[in-house]
Amino acid sequence: MTRLAVVFAAVFRRIGRETIDRVWRLGYASRFFLALLCRSGAVCARHRLLFREVWFSGVLSLIIILVSGLFVGLVLGLQGYEILQRYGSAQALGTMVALSLLRELGPVVAALLFASRAGSAITAEIGLMKTTEQLKAMDMMAVDPVARVVAPRFWGGVISMPLLAALFSAMGIFGGWLIGVVLIGVDDGAFWSSMQASVDFRHDVWNGLVKSFIFGAAVSLIAVFEGYDAEPTAEGVSHAITRTVVTSALAILALDFVLTSFMFRGVS
Amino acid sequence: MNRSAMDLWVGIFVAASMVALLFLALKVSSFSGIRAEDTYRIAARFDNIGALKIKAPVRSAGVLVGRVASIRFNDETYEAEVEIRVDNRYRFPKDTFASIYTAGLLGDQYVGLEPGGDEQYLADGDQIVKTQSAVVLEKLIGQFLFSKAAESQADSASPPR
Repeated sequence: MTRLAVVFAAVFRRIGRETIDRVWRLGYASRFFLALLCRSGAVCARHRLLFREVWFSGVLSLIIILVSGLFVGLVLGLQGYEILQRYGSAQALGTMVALSLLRELGPVVAALLFASRAGSAITAEIGLMKTTEQLKAMDMMAVDPVARVVAPRFWGGVISMPLLAALFSAMGIFGGWLIGVVLIGVDDGAFWSSMQASVDFRHDVWNGLVKSFIFGAAVSLIAVFEGYDAEPTAEGVSHAITRTVVTSALAILALDFVLTSFMFRGVS
Repeated sequence: MNRSAMDLWVGIFVAASMVALLFLALKVSSFSGIRAEDTYRIAARFDNIGALKIKAPVRSAGVLVGRVASIRFNDETYEAEVEIRVDNRYRFPKDTFASIYTAGLLGDQYVGLEPGGDEQYLADGDQIVKTQSAVVLEKLIGQFLFSKAAESQADSASPPR
């Protein structure tokens, strides 16, 4: 009996410790975010650094984003046609592909790819800098590591993400067109005109961009924070990278639900 | 400051995204929302609006001329008050007829405007007097069945010749 009590106590202690630890980290992350925003002024002064980060997280993610976008579009075209032609409305294929890409798949899948391609790399970079005490060395030389290392990476991600999402959606629509019009033979004019008739720039394209901007900020913040907060060992860095990908994916999907529910509610 | 290969790649990246955005803006979507400044408001009262929604299209001769701005229930006349925003480019006579139609058999509902012969035009804030409600399918079927039943009753009641 007492042994059971001891086990229960241990379990509860562990749950409590974990919870407190999470809340602690959340608070630390918020403070980190504030500090990051306050010290972002240097990014404008040294835009060279920012450029390098846009190159690192944007240009290097280009291939995976374009290829995935194309394949997502191809699949949407095939599946969409399969379902729509049962109801005799294959002309609506363009609408279906464009709306599902612009509203949901474009921002979400691009952000997930971005988190695993660029987010993990950012975490690894900053984590290794911390492990090899480069951040400490910067501090010793009176160079603020948050302004010099963290802020450019954060803003580079924030800038790249909407651009990548737009490319993903455009590529996906091209893929859907390739399957629907070129391969299956849906009417070209009907494909584009039905798409244009039901996709509104402000409501669909713009909201998708806003979404991807928010995802970009969330993923970049998680990536730089996990890197900065990593335990300075080889194991700690690997844990931090894992946490970046897992937390980013969860954050993206949860944020997507919240954003969708007040962006696209009520109006068809 | 020197140019580098990195600048070229960032340039290509930004240019490609701009092209993608332009493609999304011009080829994929349309600015269907007519701006509020370019419209004038007309009110119309309907006995029944069916499933008409806010932002539903307003068409005349099949052409989109405006959008439904708001729908309210008037608890004094027990009617639906529909506010329509019509594009400034189009004028309609005072005795224009407003009715609610359905696009296709099961499509969305929209407001149709049929112009009358009046020489004065509707202005901002005017009201359309002549309206026709939406056709409610259940009512229609009910009427049809009722008339059928009445017919067969009349047949059996009439003396055989």
